[in-house]
Amino acid sequence: MCKHYLYSILCISTSLCFKPFRCRSLPAQRKYMRSPPIPEMATQEVQLSETLAHLKTESDTLKGKLEEERAKLHDVELHQVAEKVEGLGQFVMKTRRTLKGHGNKVLCMDWCKDKRRIVSSSQDGKVIVWDAFTTNKEHAVTMPCTWVMACAYAPSGCAVACGGLDNKCSVYPLSLDKNENLAAKKKSVAMHTNYLSACSFTNSDMQVRLSRMGEDTCSSFVTALHHFFDLTELFKVFRHVLHDFMSLQGCDKKANVWDMRSGQCIQSFETHESDINSVRYYPSGDAFASGSDDATCRLYDLRADREVAIYSKESIIFGVSSVDFSLSGRLLFGGYNDYTINVWDVLKGTRVSILFGHENRVSTLRVSPDGTAFCTGSWDHTLRTWA
Amino acid sequence: MAEGSRDHGGAGTTTDPEEDSPNMIVYRKIEDIVTRIQDEKAGGVAIRTVKSFLSKIPSVVSGADIVQWLMKNLSAEDPAEAIHLGSLIAAHGYIFPISDHVLTLKDDGTLYRFQSPYFWPSNCWEPENTDYAIYLCKRTMQNKARLELADYEAENLARLQRAFARKWEFIFMQAEAQVKIDRKKDKAERKILDSQERAFWDVHRPVPGCVNTTEMDIRKCRREKNPHRVKKSVYGVPDEGQSQPSPVHSSSQPTRKPTKEDVQKEISFLNIQLDRHCMKVSKVADSLMSYTEQFMDYDPFVSATEPTNPWISDDASFWDVEASRDPSQQRVKKWGFSLEEALKDPAGRDQFLKFLESEFSSENLRFWLAVQDLKRRPLQDVSARAQEIWTEFLAEGAPSSINLDSHSYERTSQNLKDPGRYSYEDAQEHIFKLMKSDSYARFLRSNIYQDLLLARKKFLSQQDDYWHSTTLKHLLSIHGYQIIKALDLSAMCPRLIARFLLLHYDLLSAKHKVEPRLMLYV
Repeated sequence: MCKHYLYSILCISTSLCFKPFRCRSLPAQRKYMRSPPIPEMATQEVQLSETLAHLKTESDTLKGKLEEERAKLHDVELHQVAEKVEGLGQFVMKTRRTLKGHGNKVLCMDWCKDKRRIVSSSQDGKVIVWDAFTTNKEHAVTMPCTWVMACAYAPSGCAVACGGLDNKCSVYPLSLDKNENLAAKKKSVAMHTNYLSACSFTNSDMQVRLSRMGEDTCSSFVTALHHFFDLTELFKVFRHVLHDFMSLQGCDKKANVWDMRSGQCIQSFETHESDINSVRYYPSGDAFASGSDDATCRLYDLRADREVAIYSKESIIFGVSSVDFSLSGRLLFGGYNDYTINVWDVLKGTRVSILFGHENRVSTLRVSPDGTAFCTGSWDHTLRTWA
Repeated sequence: MAEGSRDHGGAGTTTDPEEDSPNMIVYRKIEDIVTRIQDEKAGGVAIRTVKSFLSKIPSVVSGADIVQWLMKNLSAEDPAEAIHLGSLIAAHGYIFPISDHVLTLKDDGTLYRFQSPYFWPSNCWEPENTDYAIYLCKRTMQNKARLELADYEAENLARLQRAFARKWEFIFMQAEAQVKIDRKKDKAERKILDSQERAFWDVHRPVPGCVNTTEMDIRKCRREKNPHRVKKSVYGVPDEGQSQPSPVHSSSQPTRKPTKEDVQKEISFLNIQLDRHCMKVSKVADSLMSYTEQFMDYDPFVSATEPTNPWISDDASFWDVEASRDPSQQRVKKWGFSLEEALKDPAGRDQFLKFLESEFSSENLRFWLAVQDLKRRPLQDVSARAQEIWTEFLAEGAPSSINLDSHSYERTSQNLKDPGRYSYEDAQEHIFKLMKSDSYARFLRSNIYQDLLLARKKFLSQQDDYWHSTTLKHLLSIHGYQIIKALDLSAMCPRLIARFLLLHYDLLSAKHKVEPRLMLYV
């Protein structure tokens, strides 16, 4: 680390020794320009921009060096090693339940820890809690705005959080008394600048992790359900949590891993050709998958610090909206904008199955907490559970 | 109207700020496919004129041909996939059936035509209702049976007439002008252009019940640098500026150039990455494979569950079994995979605690559990709880003092000056490693664990006794001796008895009114 600082200092000192216009690396056109007399102010500006240029070169050199180092570790492909693994048989997966009740596009859904209840939100402004096993609706809340883009179930099963274009995250406690007006009991957490694009509960009902659209950072707001204050703490945090302190974020073409404790980005991956729509940890936490508008899903390993697999096919040209792993991590489910779900063999890199059923884009996909089924929400107003 | 059915009109050549929008990416891919299909010399399909009754149908392809091409050239594994992809290409307006408003692909002799590049969705058409009104009006002026308005189109026209009542004269005039232009064209060309125009409107004003594929994900709308740009008209009608701006959230910050601080941050990040110790892909691959291998037995999608998956069999007993206090053998086996797995399962946690208590060394696990709980507390409780943990486990003369190395001890006492949820992170990690290397291994060898692992046999034999003593005698007393005569029950294992009773459930329930609950128990 020190030697780099020294290098920067060295640069600045050399530029001070010479007259600025000579230090400038003259591009070809400049040859024909007469150097004008340079006043004091301009000199300083020129020095600043030169250090920026130097820094950029330094950054580029480091990038090159990093790529070289990483390439040395790339001794084999995952699917090559996985050739010795037994192939998976034929799968018979189909829709087991269809949940109808939303009046518009379903945008988000989440499972309850009891493995059968789900919460879903839709463009019509409704948030519905279902018992997916019986297909009964248990609660329905109307949000004051439409486009409810994010919803999540609390770990205790006693509350749901949701938000969207209203720039707020609202947390609703769920009560068994159907007559109770849930809307009256909600607690809101306001977010000033932009709309809510994702939310999830951390390990407890006390903390909700949110992400805002349009910015690189996201905020975590802790809302205490038992008390009347909403905003109690601010971290720099992100879309999904597996461990207590590490989190994943997909931001444009990059996938970042953040350490919540320090608020620092500790790893970054940029191999997708387009926006990343969804990231999900591999069950062991050592790797994660991402789905993007470039119609591919990719697997990144945190220990090797690189992409280790791509899941794509020539016949798949529509973007992936949502991905999730099966319990063992052997299967990767992807919900696509071409109304289908593709099931991939994570190790071998091949597609195991393609599932039809939805009549419009699949917008969200989650595997149930015990891995017995996965649920998809779609722009065709319905949710389907598959097993 | 549209000039030239084959030339590349419209935008998309010079500056296209929306080139990276997700819809655009797909459009470009589809355009690539459609261009390849039409290229006969490069293995595309033959576009011909088909004779039908008294007339000729110019420039068509059969659905089956398209499906064949897709299967061959895009390695679509089965026709269903090719048909689905083809239907989507149609739904986006790149190919269309010549005699249907509904845009899907069929794998038969149905005839399809390719859309003119002028009408391609990638030209960012957002046609106004005035254009649509002109189009419908124009259609009514052409006295041809095949151009009659469909029901939904007639309804739309009526609605538009009401909405544009004041402007209707103008619209009528525009429609007349378009009809005049059309009449000048060659008959065959007109057929083609008419159908392409109709297909265009089928995309932007779809048949009720069909998907409107021009819809965009609102989250991606923020990319549009100029969401309120002037929309061009299909028929060259000047925009009167009455169009409502679309409700789009434009990003508050324009993209700014990287500053020195940004680059410096990047450099320090890169340096951290260079210092990181990484594993080889071969090792990583082995690790992923062994993890997956280990858990495949527990993955309901890969291995059948016992009892059956509730979603498939509609029977929720799988969940009842999982929630019961008596863990199954398989579940107990999972605790042996790693300490993380054992602690994830509440039953595993209990058993491990029980084991440690028998060894009088439970303080480590209790500390670990207390810290986990601390992380879930509401903020106002955090500092009080942190203090309690200190007093219980770490202070001088603490009742359950844990063994922490001096370094972690120092760090933790520093952290506690400003207590937060992660104050005990270092200590917790240290204790976890300690448990993993020491007590966990012993737990797996202990009687408590081993008994549970093999407990099935004990549990079953318990069942045997129960069956033979109470239930079976009871059942037999109700159902008489027909059963005993048929079998020598005392020698049979309970499972077989159960199966027998199930088989004869109908008979038994009808004749002797056996309670369904009993049968389920079986």
